[in-house]
Amino acid sequence: MRHTIAVLVENEFGVLSRVVGLFSGRGFNIDSLTVAPTNDESLSRITLVTRGDEQIIEQITKQLNKLIDVIKVIDFEPENAIEREMVLVKVSAEDESRAEVLRIADIFRAKVIDVTPKSYTLEATGAPAKVAAMVELLRPLGLKELVSTGPVVIGRGARGWKG
Amino acid sequence: MKLNGARILLECLKREGVDTIFGYPGGTVINLYDELFSFKEIKHILPRHEQAGVHAADGYARATGKVGVAIATSGPGATNTITAIATAYMDSIPMVIITGQVPTALIGNDAFQEADIIGITRPCTKHNFLVKDVKDLALIMKKAFYIARTGRPGPVLVDLPKDVQIAQTEFAYPESVEIRGYKPTVEGHPKQIEKAVDVMLQTKKAVIYVGGGVILGNAADELTKLAHQLGIPVTMTLNGLGSFPEDDDLSLGMLGMHGHYCANMAVSNCDLLIAVAARFDDRVTGKIAAFAPHAKIIHIDVDPTSIKKNVRVDLPIVGDVREVLIRMLKTVDKHKAEVETLKQNLAPWIEQINEWKSKHPVTYKQTGSTIKPQYVIQRLRALSAPDAILATDVGQHQMWVAQFFQFTRPRTLLSSGGLGTMGFGLPAAMGAQAAFPERQVLAVCGDGGFQMNMQELATLVQNRLNVKIVILNNNFLGMVRQWQELFFDKRYSSTCMELPIDFIKLAEAFGAVGLQASKVDEVDAVIKKAFEIEGPVLMEFKVAREEKVLPMVPAGASLTEMVLT
Repeated sequence: MRHTIAVLVENEFGVLSRVVGLFSGRGFNIDSLTVAPTNDESLSRITLVTRGDEQIIEQITKQLNKLIDVIKVIDFEPENAIEREMVLVKVSAEDESRAEVLRIADIFRAKVIDVTPKSYTLEATGAPAKVAAMVELLRPLGLKELVSTGPVVIGRGARGWKG
Repeated sequence: MKLNGARILLECLKREGVDTIFGYPGGTVINLYDELFSFKEIKHILPRHEQAGVHAADGYARATGKVGVAIATSGPGATNTITAIATAYMDSIPMVIITGQVPTALIGNDAFQEADIIGITRPCTKHNFLVKDVKDLALIMKKAFYIARTGRPGPVLVDLPKDVQIAQTEFAYPESVEIRGYKPTVEGHPKQIEKAVDVMLQTKKAVIYVGGGVILGNAADELTKLAHQLGIPVTMTLNGLGSFPEDDDLSLGMLGMHGHYCANMAVSNCDLLIAVAARFDDRVTGKIAAFAPHAKIIHIDVDPTSIKKNVRVDLPIVGDVREVLIRMLKTVDKHKAEVETLKQNLAPWIEQINEWKSKHPVTYKQTGSTIKPQYVIQRLRALSAPDAILATDVGQHQMWVAQFFQFTRPRTLLSSGGLGTMGFGLPAAMGAQAAFPERQVLAVCGDGGFQMNMQELATLVQNRLNVKIVILNNNFLGMVRQWQELFFDKRYSSTCMELPIDFIKLAEAFGAVGLQASKVDEVDAVIKKAFEIEGPVLMEFKVAREEKVLPMVPAGASLTEMVLT
């Protein structure tokens, strides 16, 4: 099962390697990981996507909580959370495919951020499934490069989530 | 008044109640050692290797319950501590290790004697700190000791660059400390405790399974009381030995790979397993799927990650083991009538256990004049003081100690249970003797493990640490040899230590006394003589070379599949 876990940590050097080291040392998977400071500058927030059965996910959240520099861990339930990621895609665009790339970009509300006679570079933001769908449509046209932020996640509703 | 970082560090140690430290000087701690030269409140012991220094601090911590402290210089000094830190981490021993570091301006430059010790020790410490500013030093030390001794204890490393030792600032030691990401649970959930007691009162076939946490958490008395009040038998892990007296009728001794037949049978047939501050190590459980297959499992532990890590748990209680047991005892007190019924219900189970006990006790045959290693352990128990502290190395002798020494008091067995570190015994005994100069301290080693840290004979003699060393010499790496005999067709690949070392001369070269026994009727005389001598003594017992530790559960087999002979 895929889980998106948010981890609130001290914004200090070495904290990220403690988190990442935990995953590599215990053989847990990380599909993606993103980290940046929060509105409280003493804190950073890590969003990571991992996989595992119930017991493994329980161990992951417990082990994360055990780290001294970790202040809070939330394993988000998909129905109570909003996930977004951004991708930048460089795709071949010559002759007849130039118009097709723009049509796909339009459908997914992606922006063209760079143009050459042979390519378009697109910026798209959205739920991971939506972004993945766009990438799949672009793939047959000639995907030259793809870079993704990995998802960030925020809870639904009025309540903010702080340290 | 302003103090330099080196002095501040020592003031912090003093305020934490540290009276003895084990350390090795070097370029990046020379300022610290200069301050130590005139700082008389702390006794410093110089080992002959940094690994041994940290093992000694570990032994000190295990024997006293206080935080052990060790110092090493940067680079090779720091990397030499790794095995000893990992040893303490696996067994949850409270320690603070201070390492020197190159000046902050040089960090990352591949400077002379630079190592990224923070990076290297991240996975084998509970936490670690690099001190970048002398103004942070006092607070970091406060945090280091707090983290080391609270919750599930463990080693904390503080990396102290040379320039931070020299820099000056006003010193004030914080009264208390608050770490927002670290709030260990102390009190167990009252509802869970009540539920657990309800379940205990219903059982017909229960076993209490005790880990080293009961000793670390100073809960041996409470545990013993609970077992007696409910009349439930107790089995212990290696590091749990001493938490419940082995001469008690309810004791089953150690369980697991080389555990007692009765203990393994009891766990495999019980309807309720009460795990107290134990972590279901693979050497304890054998094949997980066949472990305690008929039992409900109650698990008390201060570390939530220990719960459900290896086995399913029906009733988890997170909290300080002593607090939880005290509350449990109070709850049990309210159920006097039910307790009487419980004892009646348990009677057939106790009878069954006694049958297992008498059917296959741990045993050996002492025939002829060749000394059986088990015999030496039994004679040591008989001739040593009841409060003697015994440190072991790792291997066959360690298991024979666990099977035959009959521990009755907490903090009298010091053994590397988790990491299984050869070379641990002698320096750990050294640390315990430094803490308790008047008590008998034994280091029981094989000839292999002893040679891994034998340089510490010098430390013993120089500091008048009167450790009595026992070497069970079979000229083999015995435990590996045993596996090769049983599972590899007696192909003794690199396990034979053929070179006959003259251990007597070795002891004498260091200024210690060496004694030897090669026949069974010499054993008592050697032990008695060693105990009479004021000063460190090395006793070498030439023992039966191919003796096996039995019973044995082969790796990956279930606890009921014991090789008995």
